[in-house]
Amino acid sequence: MAASEAVTARLSAQAPGPGFGVARAAAAERLSAMGLPGRRDEYWRWTDPAALNTPEVAPAAPEPAEAPLFAEVNSLKVVFVDGVFDADASDDLAMAGVEIARLALEEPAWATGLYGTLEEAGQTPVKRPFGALNTAQATDGLLIRVTAQAEKAINLVYVHKSEASDPILHHLIKLEEGAELTVLETGPAGARFNKAMEVDVAKGARFHHIRVQGAEQDRRAVTHIFARVAEEALFKSFTLTVNGKLTRNEAYIDILGDDAVAHIAGAALGDGKDGPFHHDDTVFVTHAGLRGESRQVFKKVLKNGALGTFQGKIWVKPGAQKTDGYQISQSLLLDDDSQFLAKPELEIYADDVKCSHGSTTGAIDDTALFYLRSRGVPEEEAKGLLVLSFLADAIDEIEDEALKEEIVARLEDWLARHR
Amino acid sequence: MLEIKNLHVKLEDEDKVILKGMNLTVETGKVHAIMGPNGSGKSTMSYVLSGRDGYEVTEGSATLQGQELLDLDPEARAAAGLFLAFQYPVEIPGVGNMTFLRTALNAQRKVRGEDELSAGEFLKLVREKAKALKIDAEMLKRPVNVGFSGGEKKRNEILQMAMLEPKMCILDETDSGLDVDAMRLVSDGVNALRSPDRSFLVITHYQRLLDHIKPDVVHIMADGRILQTGGPELALEVEKNGYADILAAHGLTEAK
Ligand SMILES: Nc1ncnc2c1ncn2[C@@H]1O[C@H](COP(=O)(O)OP(=O)(O)O)[C@@H](O)[C@H]1O
Ligand SMILES: [Mg+2]
Repeated sequence: MAASEAVTARLSAQAPGPGFGVARAAAAERLSAMGLPGRRDEYWRWTDPAALNTPEVAPAAPEPAEAPLFAEVNSLKVVFVDGVFDADASDDLAMAGVEIARLALEEPAWATGLYGTLEEAGQTPVKRPFGALNTAQATDGLLIRVTAQAEKAINLVYVHKSEASDPILHHLIKLEEGAELTVLETGPAGARFNKAMEVDVAKGARFHHIRVQGAEQDRRAVTHIFARVAEEALFKSFTLTVNGKLTRNEAYIDILGDDAVAHIAGAALGDGKDGPFHHDDTVFVTHAGLRGESRQVFKKVLKNGALGTFQGKIWVKPGAQKTDGYQISQSLLLDDDSQFLAKPELEIYADDVKCSHGSTTGAIDDTALFYLRSRGVPEEEAKGLLVLSFLADAIDEIEDEALKEEIVARLEDWLARHR
Repeated sequence: MLEIKNLHVKLEDEDKVILKGMNLTVETGKVHAIMGPNGSGKSTMSYVLSGRDGYEVTEGSATLQGQELLDLDPEARAAAGLFLAFQYPVEIPGVGNMTFLRTALNAQRKVRGEDELSAGEFLKLVREKAKALKIDAEMLKRPVNVGFSGGEKKRNEILQMAMLEPKMCILDETDSGLDVDAMRLVSDGVNALRSPDRSFLVITHYQRLLDHIKPDVVHIMADGRILQTGGPELALEVEKNGYADILAAHGLTEAK
C-alpha cells in the first residue's frame, strides 16, 4: 500500500470529531504529507509502529479496573469509557478560575486559533504522525482555559471496557498569565489509545501533570504532549507506566520565554512474564529563552524480556544563553533477558550554556542487596526497596507530597505482585 | 553462642584462599576482640558469617546457638540473631533511613512470630535510641547513609544494632575513622547493649577501642586463622610491640 493510501485508510477508519474544521483539515494534510511512520524513520527504529498504523485495532482484553488513584485528592473528575465521555461518572465541568468545554460539543472562541497549533509546532524538525492524526481525528477531549489558580485538580480517568476500542482524545489546555493547574490522568483508556495534550503555559503560569498509564497487559498507547512555556512559567510532568504491550510517549516542549522551567519525568516498570512489554519515551526539549531550566528524568525497570527505549534531545537555539539543560535516562535490568536502548542527544547553538546528559544500564547492586538482607529484609522485599531507590529521582519530580505518596504506594503494590 | 570450627574459605571466582582453618568460640554474654594485620581475613570472616555471596566454604562450620549458619540466607541469619556492623556501611539513595529500619525490624519480628510494631511504637523507639547516639531527626529522614560522614555512618550502624537487638554482634572496625567523641558515642552505644545473653565480636586495629569496650578475650588473627588467644593484656602487648613477634612465632612475617 502506498503511503498516501495508508493514510487515507487510517483517516477514514473513524469519523473525525466535530468543530475545528480548519485545524483538522490542516492536520490531515500534514499527515498525508508526512505519511505514517515506518521502521526506517530515524525515531522509529526501536519501536515498530505497525500496530499503531493499522486502520483496525487488534483486540485487547480489558482487565478489572485497579483501585482508583487520587480518590482522596480534591479534584474535578472526568471519566471517559473507551474514549466516550461518561456524564454519570463525571463531575460537573465547572470550577472557579477554569473554563472547561468538551471538544465533542463546543468550539470556544479562545480555542479556535490554538487547537492544533502546538502540535504543528512540534512537527519540526522531527515528524510526529500520530500527533497530526490525533488533531485531525480526535472525537473528544477537554478544552481547558485557566485564568487563575484552579480550585482543584482535573482528574481524568480513562476506563477500558471494550476489547476493540480505539479512542482518540485531544486535550487543549491554556493557562493564562499567572494561572495554575494540576492535571491527573489514570487508566488504560482503550485497546489502542491515541492521546494528545497541547499545553500553553503563559507568563508566570504553573502547570503540573501526573499520569499513571494503566497496568493492563494488552493495551497499546501512543501519546503526545505538546507544550509551550512562556517566561517565568513552569511546566512539570510525571508519568508512571506499569506494563502494556506497547507504549509510545512523546513529548515536545518548547521553552520560549526567559527564566522558564520545564521538567519531564517518567518511571516505567515492565514484566515480560505477563506478555510483551515495550515502552518508548521520545522527548524533545527546545530552549529559545534565556536562563531556561529543563530536566528530563527517565527510569525503567525491566524484567523477563521487557524492552525499554529512550530517545531524548535537548535543543538549545541560538541566543538561548544561560540555559541549564539536564537529561538522564537509566534502566535497571532485573535479568539478562531484558533490554534498554537509549539515544541521548544534545544540539546546542548557544555558547554560554550548561547542558548534560547521561544514560546508564545496570543491575541490582549486590552490595546494597546484601546490606539490606543482612538486616533481615527478605531478598524480594530488599529488591523492591532497591527498585524504589532506583526510581527515586524520577518520583521526586512530583512536587506534591500526597500525590507522590500515592504513586509510591502504587509502585509498592506492583512490586509486591511481581516478585 | 558463636562457634566457628575449622573454617576454610576461598573466593568463588578465584583460587585465592582467605580463611585457612579458623577456629573461634564466643561464649554467651562475652565480648571477644579480634586484632590482626590488614589482609588477615577479618572482614571476610564477618561477611562469610553473615552470608555474603562470592565466597566458597570448602570446609568447616559456623553455628549460632547450635544452629548451622552457613546454610541460611543472610536474612535468616539476621532473624536468628546475627548482626554485622559493616566496616564500610553501604549508601542506599532513595530509601529513607526510617523506612529501612522499620522494614528490617518488622521483617525480623515477622520471622520470629512477633507482631509488627505500629508506626507510633516504632517512632518512639527509634527516637529514643537515636537520641542516645546523638543521631538527629534530620539524619533519620535522610536516605540510608547518603551524605553521612564516616562517623555518622558508624553511629548509624550502632543505631541499627540497638533497634534490631541481635544476640551476636560483630563489629568490623567500627572505630576506624572515628574521632574521640564519636568513638565514645559508639562505645557507649555498644556498652549499653551488653547483657548476659548477648555476645560481641569486636574487630579492631586499636587498643583504644578496647579501653572503652572492655573485652573478655582477645584473639590475634593473621593469614586466615587465629594465631593466639589471651586476655585483655594481649591487646596491650600488641599495642606496644606490634604483631611481628607473634607472626614470627608462627613462621609468618609482617609484610606477607
Ligand atoms: N572479594 C575479594 N576479591 C579479591 N580479594 C579479596 C576479596 N575479599 C577479600 N580479598 C582478599 O582477602 C584478604 C583478606 O581480606 P579481608 O578479609 O578484607 O582482610 P581484613 O579485614 O583482615 O583486612 C586480602 O588479601 C584481600 O585482598
Ligand atoms: Mg577488614
